[in-house]
Amino acid sequence: MADYKALEDLVVQVRRDILRQVHKVNSGHPGGSLGCTEFFVALYNELMERNENFTMNGIGEDLFFLSNGHISPVFYSVLARAGYFPVEELNTFRLLNSRLQGHPTTHEGLPGVRIASGSLGQGISASIGAALTKKLNKDKHLIYTLCGDGELQEGQNWEAIMYAAGNNVDNLIVTVDLNGQQIDGATKNVLPLGNLKAKFKAFGWDVMDIEKGNDLKAIVSGMKKAKEKTGNGKPVCVLLHTVMGNGVDFMMHTHDWHGKAPNDQQLETALSQNPVTLGDY
Amino acid sequence: MEGLGRLMKKYTDTGKKDTRSGFGDGLTELGKKNKDVVALCADLTGSLKMDEFKDNHPERFFQVGIAEANMIGIAAGMTIGGKIPFTGTFANFSTGRVYDQIRQSIAYSGKNVKICASHAGITLGEDGATHQILEDIGLMKMLPGMTVINTCDYNQTKAATIAIADFEGPVYLRFGRPKVANFTPADQNFQIGKAVQLQEGIDVTIIATGHLVWEALQAAETLNENGITADVINIHTIKPLDDEAILKSVKKTGCVITAEEHNFLGGLGESVARVLATHHPAPQEFVATQDTFGESGTPEQLMDKYGLNASAIVNAVKKVIARK
Repeated sequence: MADYKALEDLVVQVRRDILRQVHKVNSGHPGGSLGCTEFFVALYNELMERNENFTMNGIGEDLFFLSNGHISPVFYSVLARAGYFPVEELNTFRLLNSRLQGHPTTHEGLPGVRIASGSLGQGISASIGAALTKKLNKDKHLIYTLCGDGELQEGQNWEAIMYAAGNNVDNLIVTVDLNGQQIDGATKNVLPLGNLKAKFKAFGWDVMDIEKGNDLKAIVSGMKKAKEKTGNGKPVCVLLHTVMGNGVDFMMHTHDWHGKAPNDQQLETALSQNPVTLGDY
Repeated sequence: MEGLGRLMKKYTDTGKKDTRSGFGDGLTELGKKNKDVVALCADLTGSLKMDEFKDNHPERFFQVGIAEANMIGIAAGMTIGGKIPFTGTFANFSTGRVYDQIRQSIAYSGKNVKICASHAGITLGEDGATHQILEDIGLMKMLPGMTVINTCDYNQTKAATIAIADFEGPVYLRFGRPKVANFTPADQNFQIGKAVQLQEGIDVTIIATGHLVWEALQAAETLNENGITADVINIHTIKPLDDEAILKSVKKTGCVITAEEHNFLGGLGESVARVLATHHPAPQEFVATQDTFGESGTPEQLMDKYGLNASAIVNAVKKVIARK
């Protein structure tokens, strides 16, 4: 049984990390990061089987790939608080000579990151590659991938989605952050995604929803169900219904905070809604 | 050949073969000796001569369909866990079509993927400009960390294919479709980044890559008959470039021809010009396409029309010597 109190505390602390990272450099992507905080916390602390020491090859452990790299603040915070690198390093987010680049990269050798992402639409393909190598290596562990919903407008995704089903890549769980928002507005106004569930199904995937995508218990139980679906010949897609900007009232349900940092006053308000739990970096 | 010039090294065409078959046969050999080598193809298995690898190791061969972007991404991901992916499709679809995928998922991510590109250049022939690419060397050499190799014949392509598996890092390996002279040794020791001196001369340096290397040797014979001796250098690795070999030769001869089946913008010629401009300025002429697309025709017709053969090299040599 998961210690939900501890996980909740971590969620609140990660939110603070996200807000403080983007505020300090007045740049970065808080909205999507906040919307996926519960997912990241659950994934790294409750769901994935991870080795203690990071290696690029990740033999004998589950691997995670972030396709929508712009939500790096949540990725960095969760990695740091899972012990991949010192939490103090969050202070260097987006600064010159930092390993915490605007978008995640392997280029600076940051533990926990296995491929660069940011230019959208490439994460599912890379995840399929890693999944195929797991199979060749007779490694039973899973590949977890997160991509944005707006990101699915990139055509490469559909090449990958077709490939994964056609080749029974069933050690792969792709989670779609279904927040309905992208830079220019609601996805339904920018370019409607249509019925994503039907689309993934039509391509041959096993698809399920997690309706309460910002609820830790719902995420943990939903993702465990997704895990049970693996190994049955089909790739698994989880449609994670999230609220962009979750946990900060004025950032919720809008695309306005996709790529905008809070000012001093806004930061104060946002942090007051998320009081310190584990301690700031 | 008896000439007015000095005694030349003799190179014999042991029978015309396509460089893509060198790739296919190299891959077959690699499949047997290196269990980590995997191959991916985007619906051009026959054209890339990957059938034998596929038949020998079906579990290590991945048919991705007509989806090159996904192929590049999968290849990048497959390195995580220790595989050495070789991707195969035409040069056009190996580079321009998937530039951002290569840039982010392979080059910037430092992934050990070998991008193997057949039907490069104009000698793809009758299919025309949609399938020919004369810009790929430029595209790939501009990517930080990318090694760029353009081999000249069957034997060298086979040797290079085998050699790059032992090299850690992303590689672009460029070869072609037509059957051309096979003249380099079958047992050559292919060294990435090391130029191969084919002829010694004092009047001009001819630096060639790919299909133009054999043409350069033919040109050198013609020139020799006219009393002009040429250093002929095979640059199979365009990046990293063997600056030392280039400078050593040009310091001796005082002028240079670069010859490549590629646009003069962004190709080998510009790389050589950079080395010379930085260290030892000297007159240079470019045997290359002149910022143009290709067109349909036989490989020989096209090489002739676009000035990519021995006679074009001879003319360029006369021009550059006059500028000394």
